[in-house]
Amino acid sequence: MRFLFKTDYDQDIRIAKHSGYYWSYGLLLLIVIAAPYFLEGYYIGQMTQLYIIAMAGVGLMLLAGYTGLVSLGHAAFFGIGAYTEAVLTSNGVPLPFVEEPVIFPFVISMPLAAIFAALAGVAIGVPVLRLTGIYLAIATFAFALVIEEILSRWESVTNGYTGLLVESLYIGDTELTDGAPFYFLCLGLLVLVILMSINLLRSPTGRAMMAIRDSEVSAQSMGVNLARVKTTAFALSAGITGLAGALFAHKLGFLSPESFTVFQSLELLVLVVVGGIGSLHGAIFGAIFVLALPQGLAILKDYLPTAIAETPGMEPFIFGLILVLVIIFEPYGIYGRWLKIKHYFQMFPVYKKATFKRQKAYMKSERLK
Amino acid sequence: MSFFKAENLAINFGGVKAVDGVNFEINKGECFTIIGPNGAGKTTIFNLISRIYDSTEGKMTFDGQDITKVPPHAIASLGIARTFQNIELFEHASVLQNLLVGRHCHSKTNIFSELAFTPSMRRTEIAHREKVEEVIDFLDLQHYRESLIMNLPYGVRKVVELGRALCTEPKLILLDEPSSGLNVEETQDMSFWIDDIKKDLGITVLMVEHDMGLVSEVSDQVLVLNYGRMLAFGSPQDVQNDPEVIKAYLGE
Repeated sequence: MRFLFKTDYDQDIRIAKHSGYYWSYGLLLLIVIAAPYFLEGYYIGQMTQLYIIAMAGVGLMLLAGYTGLVSLGHAAFFGIGAYTEAVLTSNGVPLPFVEEPVIFPFVISMPLAAIFAALAGVAIGVPVLRLTGIYLAIATFAFALVIEEILSRWESVTNGYTGLLVESLYIGDTELTDGAPFYFLCLGLLVLVILMSINLLRSPTGRAMMAIRDSEVSAQSMGVNLARVKTTAFALSAGITGLAGALFAHKLGFLSPESFTVFQSLELLVLVVVGGIGSLHGAIFGAIFVLALPQGLAILKDYLPTAIAETPGMEPFIFGLILVLVIIFEPYGIYGRWLKIKHYFQMFPVYKKATFKRQKAYMKSERLK
Repeated sequence: MSFFKAENLAINFGGVKAVDGVNFEINKGECFTIIGPNGAGKTTIFNLISRIYDSTEGKMTFDGQDITKVPPHAIASLGIARTFQNIELFEHASVLQNLLVGRHCHSKTNIFSELAFTPSMRRTEIAHREKVEEVIDFLDLQHYRESLIMNLPYGVRKVVELGRALCTEPKLILLDEPSSGLNVEETQDMSFWIDDIKKDLGITVLMVEHDMGLVSEVSDQVLVLNYGRMLAFGSPQDVQNDPEVIKAYLGE
């Protein structure tokens, strides 16, 4: 067990709380940087996919895990980001005074994709500010359906169900959107997004988000402008998910509305809940889970009797089952379990099971309004 | 000119007149207490002052400013802080984070400097932390600084909530039943703190309280409500001997 001797307020603010952080996260960073030099192409692709999903997960985590606003429509922002990126870098945009449609370089198109998604987030965020819980989930769900419909019907831009080909990006002669270069691009952006999220969470707005999650009425009495903070949370969450979508467009190479369905939204929500709601670690753990589960099931199918293995809807069923089990037995998800294991070894041999026992919540005020 | 003034304050919920034509004035630096039987409209008055409810009628002035139509999130920066009857803390956050949320009305950062966590951002965070530490010292919360609220006993939560209100550096603090759920010793501590808040910090206190011992110990003026109407007003002793008040509490 490590006991920290605090002599400076900055110790509570800085990201690395003690030297152990440098060791563990330094080692992790070293491993992920070295990985493409040792792994085969397929695994590099899988890791890249993991980073993209994790980034979308971080986006939803800020909204669902930290602000307490559950969104069932994050695939919409993912899709907006992806299509924006595809249109900007592949089809080009007709601008005045230029004959050819303008193709944007990725350093401009990717931020634009994030900004477009963020604007969509504000557009949905403002009207649904007064909704919470299940009503908000339904509103965002409806929004996702609308976006899905737009993606399939607005054929002049999105090419409908025929699909949209996404061109590869090049820097000089190196292809940026494949193999190791794309791996590093996704990794770099993911690290950047995580750092920005950590920064946000140790700032007033981040604390205000958590305050809204736990008690809106007292957050308001402490001077938190509910409308502004919720809209900010929506915009940031959508922007980050949109950026992930932009990367996803290059990962897929071919976009069709079927990639951005309600199932995708649910998958993101499962990611957040199973990974561990209310922690950035959870987004990463959840992404690993969401990516590994279908593969694990595919392997498992070979060992199962045909009657079970061939049953349609097996995967969503297992997804749902795990979600329910996690909510009942481990409400803080994989990250919660990880904390317990860590604590067990830190306290060994005097670990007390009751440390993490959930306390009975005291009665809350009658809900005002 | 009084510090806080409520004129003809009224609110209806449907046909129920929860508060009906209440007038009172609070002088700077005093402890003003509202008492009354259950459902008398005490907490409703608090919710009207912190602007969670819109009053149907009447006017409130605070420090020379009309606050009847001020948005609820702007109340804190005007210098009015409050606690809640059934603790409304941020359960999944530490005591420190809860107190830092109390500093929210004093932070003027924009989202971009927050995302980048600029050096000036770090300096303001440390400045906020210093203020928070003053409150922690004042309320003897050092031991609980890092604890999550959900792991704290009720009595400590009550103190943390008081601390969070103090972190906003209020001029007027609204305490909704500060002693409810506390044992005799904790109530005694609370009465000392309320006295200190009034005398040392110079903060005007408006409180709702049932414990008459605490009320007579710290209050300068007492207002008695019943069914949303004013029943009596005066010093704690006067009020306790008022026949109308005795009738409202004990019946005839």
